[in-house]
Amino acid sequence: MSILINKNTRVVTQGITGKTGQFHTKMSKEYANGANCYVAGVNPKKAGESYEGIPIFASVKEAKKQTGVNTSVIYVPPPFAAAAIWEAVEAELDLVICITEGIPVRDMVEVKDKMRKAGAKTILCGPNCPGIITPEEIKIGIMPGHIHMKGRIGVVSRSGTLTYEAVGQLSDLKLGQSTAVGIGGDPVNGLKHKDVLELFMNDPDTDAVIMIGEIGGSDEEAAAEWYARECKNKKPVVGFIAGVTAPPGKRMGHAGAIISGGKGTAQEKLAVMEACGIKTTKNPAEMGKLLKSVL
Amino acid sequence: MKIHEYQGKEILRKFGVATPRGKACFSVDEAVKAAGELGGKVWVVKAQIHAGGRGKGGGVKVAKSMDEVRQYAGQILGMQLKTHQTGPEGQKVRRLLIEEGADIKKELYLGMVVDRVTQKVCLMASSEGGMDIEEVAAHTPEKIHKVFVDPARGLTDAEADDVARKIGVPDASVAQARAVLQGLYKAFWETDASLAEINPLILTGDGKVIALDAKMNFDSNALFRHEDIVAMRDLDEEDPAEIEASKFDLSYISLDGNIGCLVNGAGLAMATMDTIKLFGAEPANFLDVGGGATTEKVTEAFKLMLANPKVKGILVNIFGGIMKCDTIATGVVAAAREVHLSVPLVVRMRGTNEDIGKQILKDSGLPIISASDMADAAQKIVAAVSGK
Repeated sequence: MSILINKNTRVVTQGITGKTGQFHTKMSKEYANGANCYVAGVNPKKAGESYEGIPIFASVKEAKKQTGVNTSVIYVPPPFAAAAIWEAVEAELDLVICITEGIPVRDMVEVKDKMRKAGAKTILCGPNCPGIITPEEIKIGIMPGHIHMKGRIGVVSRSGTLTYEAVGQLSDLKLGQSTAVGIGGDPVNGLKHKDVLELFMNDPDTDAVIMIGEIGGSDEEAAAEWYARECKNKKPVVGFIAGVTAPPGKRMGHAGAIISGGKGTAQEKLAVMEACGIKTTKNPAEMGKLLKSVL
Repeated sequence: MKIHEYQGKEILRKFGVATPRGKACFSVDEAVKAAGELGGKVWVVKAQIHAGGRGKGGGVKVAKSMDEVRQYAGQILGMQLKTHQTGPEGQKVRRLLIEEGADIKKELYLGMVVDRVTQKVCLMASSEGGMDIEEVAAHTPEKIHKVFVDPARGLTDAEADDVARKIGVPDASVAQARAVLQGLYKAFWETDASLAEINPLILTGDGKVIALDAKMNFDSNALFRHEDIVAMRDLDEEDPAEIEASKFDLSYISLDGNIGCLVNGAGLAMATMDTIKLFGAEPANFLDVGGGATTEKVTEAFKLMLANPKVKGILVNIFGGIMKCDTIATGVVAAAREVHLSVPLVVRMRGTNEDIGKQILKDSGLPIISASDMADAAQKIVAAVSGK
């Protein structure tokens, strides 16, 4: 098993006619069971056409009706991405993975508010994230598939290449992954560290979890505190936080990666994680080794 | 994106927030003329820089005569104003705000940010205005009142009135405070602000509620729909290296150390900086070349790093996924040649076409030090820079 996605997931690409959407849909379709998983694309102006053999529909609802998709991946440009998320929510998909980087925070505040008030069952992952992969089954997003290996370690992270770094280290140690989830670097987003950690804790095929965070906000602390309260000793969790050297008030690339008001420092996060029974390392080259040490 | 106080007040006035009358000035003569036009007997001469803490640094003075306006404007304009936010070198003052004096009876605090936990705009208000709000939050958190605003409804009359009373606004002035609070919220929401602060918000002797200061920052992802705010950008207040970087779509931030780093991805870039520190040195910059690095981008990144005289060595750390290692290697070699690289360069590459990339570096004949992982790379560059 795995969390969130597997070989039976059926995916619609929103933004399939753009350059990024096309490139990554093609790459994802070529990965593992992708040819069976990628069954629809959406573009209201190009309904009836197709890309790489994938039919294009006018709306997510129509794509769902015609092909039975349950998951969407979004590559729509930032000004229109929040509306794309809402379209997928209205179509009552199970999961929406928004890759788009640079969505205005206000748009996300609005769409998240609408989702809460509508009692939406749709899970949102992202935005500004690399996506989700269940190795050797399905890849939804922009991560390089070939560094992954099927196995029993869960990976959850706010960043892209740093996630690949962790996955690469795990695969080098022959520690395969059950699922790797990139939750993204934006301040207002969908899945949080805690949500993903909970899914991994309840997944019979995940034995341990590596949680990668960065400066800004308090998601990592919330996840660590939840773990200490609900799941300590259930499955080991190890962690790394990027940004020990980041000065306060400077935004480190990601919209959410900023130390403001003295809050959200790496030191503070590491201290909370350690206190909650999550082993951490200050050396990002040793994330894999650290995980191996707790198995 | 940040703007000046006087620009923040212009925005707030459009949304019905009362501020003192004032004028932005670029010379001493303009300042004196502005004071004459404003009239009255007391004026405030305020340095306009993007950093906070201007008063403590000597950038805000109360003038009680035209001679004093001239004197203070002369002193402040052109000074290197040092505050806790500018760093030790300070920031040169190029603009002034001349305002009418205000009769301050009580100083209050208002602030607004997007709260990540509730995913709503959070209004923070306190009776303890004029002070460093972080100090208030640390020592007397009960004196900060928070309202998480429903995005669909906005700040309601009842919420505004309640918070106004909690921070000590007398009944007779509550209606005015409501206008300020709702105006601030509307300004924040409609301009896609990421931070808004009025510190202090004052109660005057005759019961008026006035924003004596205004600080606004904006979400850079939303600037595409706010041409008027983009027009307020003051490049003099920004780091020239960061401006140059943004032209090439590079995310760059100057730091104080001596090891330049070039990395793909923000998280990995931070992790690389942290590893350098772990092995006893300090990074000179944060630099994320992003997902689609071309030879041109890598060359510009090298130029940026080397323009900093403190840089004594460079560490390149790339996890090639979609971006292939051979592409990066070609870029690194071309860049090193073009800038006649004279400091040690350590390259760590991982991922797609790793071996081809390493061969390209080797065949270049350049003295590039190859590293197997992040820790190895950091140790090698730290050793090279310290001459070991």
